[in-house]
Amino acid sequence: MEIYLYIALFAPLAGSLFSALFGASPKTSVTGIVASGLLFISFVSSAILLNYVMMGHTVHVEMMTWIAAGDLYIPFGFVVDQVSVVMMMVVSVVSTVVHIYSVGYMDHDKGFNRFFSYLSAFVFSMMVLVMSDNFLGLFIGWEGVGLCSWLLIGFWYHKESATWAANEAFIMNRIADLAMLIGIFIVYWNIGSLQYDVVFSQIANLPMPIITWIGIFLFIGAMGKSAQFPLHTWLADAMEGPTPVSALIHAATMVTAGVYLVVRANPIYSLIPEVGTVIASLGAFVAMFAATMALVNRDMKRIIAYSTLSQLGYMFVAAGLGAYWVALFHLMAHAFFKALLFLGAGNVMHAMHDELDPFKMGGLKKPMKWTWILMTLASVALAGIYPLAGFFSKDLILEVAFVEQHYVLYTVLLLTAGLTAFYSFRLVALIFNGDERHLEHGIHPHEAYNFMLYAMAPLGLLAVIAGMVFKTPYYEMVTHLLPALEYHIHNHTTFWIMTIGTQLFVIAAIAYAYKKYAKAVKVDKKVESGFFYQLLYNQYYIPKLYDELFSKPYRELSRIAWKQIDLKIVDATVDGIANVIYRTGEKTHTMQNGNLSSMLRWMVIGLVVLLVLAVAFTVGYNAVTMRAM
Amino acid sequence: MEITLAHYLVLSGVLFSIGLIGVMRRKNLLMLFFATEILLNATNIGFAAIAHYHGDLTGQMFAFFVIAIAASEVAVGLGLLIVWYKRTGKIDLDIMTSMRG
Repeated sequence: MEIYLYIALFAPLAGSLFSALFGASPKTSVTGIVASGLLFISFVSSAILLNYVMMGHTVHVEMMTWIAAGDLYIPFGFVVDQVSVVMMMVVSVVSTVVHIYSVGYMDHDKGFNRFFSYLSAFVFSMMVLVMSDNFLGLFIGWEGVGLCSWLLIGFWYHKESATWAANEAFIMNRIADLAMLIGIFIVYWNIGSLQYDVVFSQIANLPMPIITWIGIFLFIGAMGKSAQFPLHTWLADAMEGPTPVSALIHAATMVTAGVYLVVRANPIYSLIPEVGTVIASLGAFVAMFAATMALVNRDMKRIIAYSTLSQLGYMFVAAGLGAYWVALFHLMAHAFFKALLFLGAGNVMHAMHDELDPFKMGGLKKPMKWTWILMTLASVALAGIYPLAGFFSKDLILEVAFVEQHYVLYTVLLLTAGLTAFYSFRLVALIFNGDERHLEHGIHPHEAYNFMLYAMAPLGLLAVIAGMVFKTPYYEMVTHLLPALEYHIHNHTTFWIMTIGTQLFVIAAIAYAYKKYAKAVKVDKKVESGFFYQLLYNQYYIPKLYDELFSKPYRELSRIAWKQIDLKIVDATVDGIANVIYRTGEKTHTMQNGNLSSMLRWMVIGLVVLLVLAVAFTVGYNAVTMRAM
Repeated sequence: MEITLAHYLVLSGVLFSIGLIGVMRRKNLLMLFFATEILLNATNIGFAAIAHYHGDLTGQMFAFFVIAIAASEVAVGLGLLIVWYKRTGKIDLDIMTSMRG
């Protein structure tokens, strides 16, 4: 079985290195095909491992020694257990689909080969992250995905907004990663090992404040990667990258790494339920907060990005309340339908010549029938209508909040579920229904390549069946490792009222969205100039606040450091030394005029000077030693 | 009056100064060699006198070495001087400036 582990892990790396060979040369289709093929091999290996794990085994290998210094011993170890195999399946399925899709999507791009090199490198880093058996290996994967995310957001580096967004994402993640590193240090300091099994078996022996600090610092790290408030602004800006990147990295895999970390570290978080409550509250807040911003946004990809943010909030609610398997389940279901939604948006963007404003689209139902079907499926799944995936994962989180008697969280999440349904179908209605507004701009839409649609089909299928078919086997598998808590509402009447009520609420929200946006779009000036609309449209003015509060003072500080310190002190000193030497040379080079007679004179002067010095030093030295005696 | 070590050393110093001034002032290459000889022999007097004063022959041995070296140096130097004179017809130091920096 170890061989499959290595294949699953290193096939993406091989694909990345292969594509990198052609990185600087013009498009060669072979890179896309080889990279996708290797990803598929990785997927098959992951599936074999899944089968093996479902039979009740786990695979744990130690590939080689990594750091061995004194008492510090950290091997490159990998583990395939019930949790990591779920992540491996999610990562390999979504990334295989996205790779095949990208062959079509990036067809006309100059950086085709470079793109596949980065994308496969990302998958490799993500595999390291989920398969590592210790915190440091996880951290390496964590940094690797951060790097690849930076490369891919800034893939079109000639666009200034793209490079800006890439840097923003990278810097925000640095802040959070520092906290995570501190958390890892505290773990090592107190336990003396970073291996998961050792840490989790000994964590309970530590004093309470230390466990709390570990939990807080690790969670701050997770907040950065999963773009939780207040480190959320980078995710919406990250939409500057190519759409397949948004689908893979900023919806399905990388941003869920934070949730994965909390789930993986569940023995730590189980000991500190207060921190869990904070996590859950923050998650519920972000779910609502992001959903409200998605209500009014006019950028197709940003709407989906906010929706991702909102769903991550749901996952943190589940993880914070101790329902780790529910969080991981929603992570999986969400990865499928959100990636599908993004890929559909990519098709629409291609058809619309990179137009992102859904208000300039409309009536695409006819020319883009399959994209319409797939995106509607994804949106229904996202809204949580029975029997699609979202119903089983998202409604479960609502039930968790209810059963744990966090009624405030429950209410917030319920409202958010309505908002989710509304903004998802606002988007679908604007794009696919109504008048063909794009004709004014001289755009004639066309459906994407067939193979791109075929690539998306598996995700469509998964979005439909993932909840219904996978729930029971998934539950039986992961509860070997995660706390097996069943969430049942004991009172049958309450259960049915809640379920049906939620469904009706969501359906009403969908109907309202269709009513408002499916026919003609009336722009209500009064609402749009209103305070709330502006507040939401400007993302609660938070990006502006950050700009005023951090970016501008920092820029001013840098300017002072540059003008006053660097130019006037550091540079001046270095230049001064160089100038003194240079001028001395200028002045004295006349000495060497080639005249033997004058050279002899200089020799004599030198002799005299040395003699005087020798005498002076001798006298001085004697005087000092005499006094010492 | 008895001749003491001081007398020898004063003589040596005077000769050395004469030689040094000659080295600095002379423009004729041949005269420069003379001045160099005076310098070397001034030190020889010093060596011999101090060796006698201490009753140690090392200094006098050293003087012999200096004489031998000086002789060979003059031999080589005069050889070069003759070649130079045949080429240019002059032995003036001020025109020997091909090593200008």
